[in-house]
Amino acid sequence: MDPAQIAGILKQGAVPTSWYLALSAVLFVIGVAGFVLRRNIITVFMCIELMLNAVNLSFIAFAHEHKQVSGHLFAFFVMVVAAAEAAVGLAIILTVFRNRSTLNIDEIDSLKN
Amino acid sequence: MFKLWLIPLLPFLGFLINGIFGRKLPKLVINAVAIGSVVASFLWVALVVGPSTDWGEHKVQAHYFTWIQSGNFNVGWDFAVDKLTMIMLMIVTGIGSLIHIYATSYMDHEGGYYRFFAYLNLFMFFMLNLVLAANYLILFVGWEGVGLCSYLLIGFYFHKKSATNAGNKAFIVNRVGDFGFALAMFLVFINFGTLNFNGVFAAAPGKPVETLTAIALLMLVGAAGKSAQIPLYVWLPDAMEGPTPVSALIHAATMVTAGVYMCSRSSVIFLHAPAAMQVVALIGLATAVFAATIGITQYDIKKVFAYSTVSQLGYMFLGVGVGAFSAGIWHLMTHAFFKALLFLGAGSVIHACHGEQDMRQMGGLRKYAPWTCLVLACGSLAIAGFPGTSGFFSKDAILTAAYAHAPWMFWVGVVTAGMTAFYVWRAFWMTFWGDYRGHGKPHESSWVMLAPLMVLAVLSLAGGFLFNVPEMLKDMFPEHGEVPEEHMLMAISVAAGLIGIALSWYMYVVNTELSGKIANALGGVYRLVNDKYRVDEAYDAAIVEPIIHGSSAVLWKTIDQGVIDGAVNGIGARAQNVGGLLRRIQSGNIRSYATWVLAGSVVVIILMGIAGGVR
Repeated sequence: MDPAQIAGILKQGAVPTSWYLALSAVLFVIGVAGFVLRRNIITVFMCIELMLNAVNLSFIAFAHEHKQVSGHLFAFFVMVVAAAEAAVGLAIILTVFRNRSTLNIDEIDSLKN
Repeated sequence: MFKLWLIPLLPFLGFLINGIFGRKLPKLVINAVAIGSVVASFLWVALVVGPSTDWGEHKVQAHYFTWIQSGNFNVGWDFAVDKLTMIMLMIVTGIGSLIHIYATSYMDHEGGYYRFFAYLNLFMFFMLNLVLAANYLILFVGWEGVGLCSYLLIGFYFHKKSATNAGNKAFIVNRVGDFGFALAMFLVFINFGTLNFNGVFAAAPGKPVETLTAIALLMLVGAAGKSAQIPLYVWLPDAMEGPTPVSALIHAATMVTAGVYMCSRSSVIFLHAPAAMQVVALIGLATAVFAATIGITQYDIKKVFAYSTVSQLGYMFLGVGVGAFSAGIWHLMTHAFFKALLFLGAGSVIHACHGEQDMRQMGGLRKYAPWTCLVLACGSLAIAGFPGTSGFFSKDAILTAAYAHAPWMFWVGVVTAGMTAFYVWRAFWMTFWGDYRGHGKPHESSWVMLAPLMVLAVLSLAGGFLFNVPEMLKDMFPEHGEVPEEHMLMAISVAAGLIGIALSWYMYVVNTELSGKIANALGGVYRLVNDKYRVDEAYDAAIVEPIIHGSSAVLWKTIDQGVIDGAVNGIGARAQNVGGLLRRIQSGNIRSYATWVLAGSVVVIILMGIAGGVR
């Protein structure tokens, strides 16, 4: 796709759905990579949020593509769950930090075997 | 008509009452129920069933209900009474009544009083069932039932290891015999299509000799188990672990003679199988000699009489084997009289000596227990075949028939008769003559015990005159040819008995050291006989030990522990191993979990891609 084509598309005022999906995939992969590779709990937590929002983006894109409202509804549900999760997750992280004085996820592994 | 069902049912009711409520009943009630039920059944037989028939060719038959109906296999609960059954009924209920009366005094101080009488009544029920049966299966019910009661009563003192072992031995050895009897019944059914005595005996003469011989030999296996014949006699001497009235009733007078009764009942089959008859005679003769030699060397008074019982049962089989069925039954009856007397007398002696059974610890009892001495003398005379006593008639009848069959059998029988007289009188002299060698002061038994002994003593002396069994049964069994030398044979067998008595008197009263010297002179032979020819040891080595070791090595250690336990434990162990591996995945490290999830997702996506993706 050469710049002229891109300029043509932008001139029409409509970004194709595939672009949104590509962005969503990129965001999701960044989230996954962060989740797996980073050791700070806060960062891991933010990566989870990033993955959720990447999915939200695909929902919205498909909802716009198919002119259906259910995609929007799913996005709202995901937001609500993410908010609740953020509240609980942050509380857990606070307590863990108070007890262990660390936010390194590799050191918090007592729930095993 | 004659309410035959009443005869076995009365003792059964006694068993139910004493068995269920006996623990709470006073002794007087237990006695009344136990004795009353047996005496009532005796009176019913003696006063109602017996006299009300002329017994010519007559046979009372009764069909109560169909027990088993399967295809053409039809077994009814049938009773029949002919003269043979009548004689058995009189013996069983009559001797049974006397022994029940005796036992109330003998068992007075024993625990489990009600249990004892419940078992004894149950025994009477099964024994009467056996005798009354009109087909082989009902006979077999009684046959197994008396075996059960025998087992229960041998092991009556179940806290004694030797008693429980003896009970097990009796039961297991009898299983061998019963297996033979069961096979005989199968053969009878296959060949005759019925188990009814009437049908079988009517059809038997037309069947091939081989079939009848096979049936007769298998019946002999059963009879040898129940009636303690070689090679299955080993349980009877051990059965003396039971209380003495049990030894008298079950292991001398009634149950052990069931084999003789069964062979006589099946006389038609046996008569058409001469080879089987010969085997019966040989086994009977061998058992008679064999057991008599062991009896000579025993010191336990009950063991002497136990081997004597085995020997006398051998005589009965000799009688049956040479075709003198009525003589066998006659000896069965007189033996029931004098052997019950000897055993009950031995019980009285044992009571007198405070539970001592070793004759070396007795002696001189005629001063302390004169009545016991007198009645035992009567019994010992009878078993020795003293002229005029009951044993004289029946033994003579058997020996004469044996002479007619084969003279050498007569001579072996005469030698056995001499040995019988010797060992019984040896026991008599050791017990009643000389000086008392035991502990404490011996005492005479109560009149409750002595009264049945006196009745039996009279029967032992006069039973031969009173009941001429061959005369009664002469139309049931074929006639026996006259033997010209009969009086000579009689004189020889009497002489053998008298020599035996005299020899025992010389060895155990006059010259008491002689027996020890002879035993020393014989050395190894004496020890072999004293150890009962080590037959028990041989059976142990040949049969019991291989089975025990085989079961423990193959069945227990290899199959049970190895295969079955191994399979169950192996499954458990594999589950643990796999679980242990899977456990390592749960490391507690969140990033590793995430990696697993990622890897799983990637795999799923790749698989979906391979499968054609989601369109």
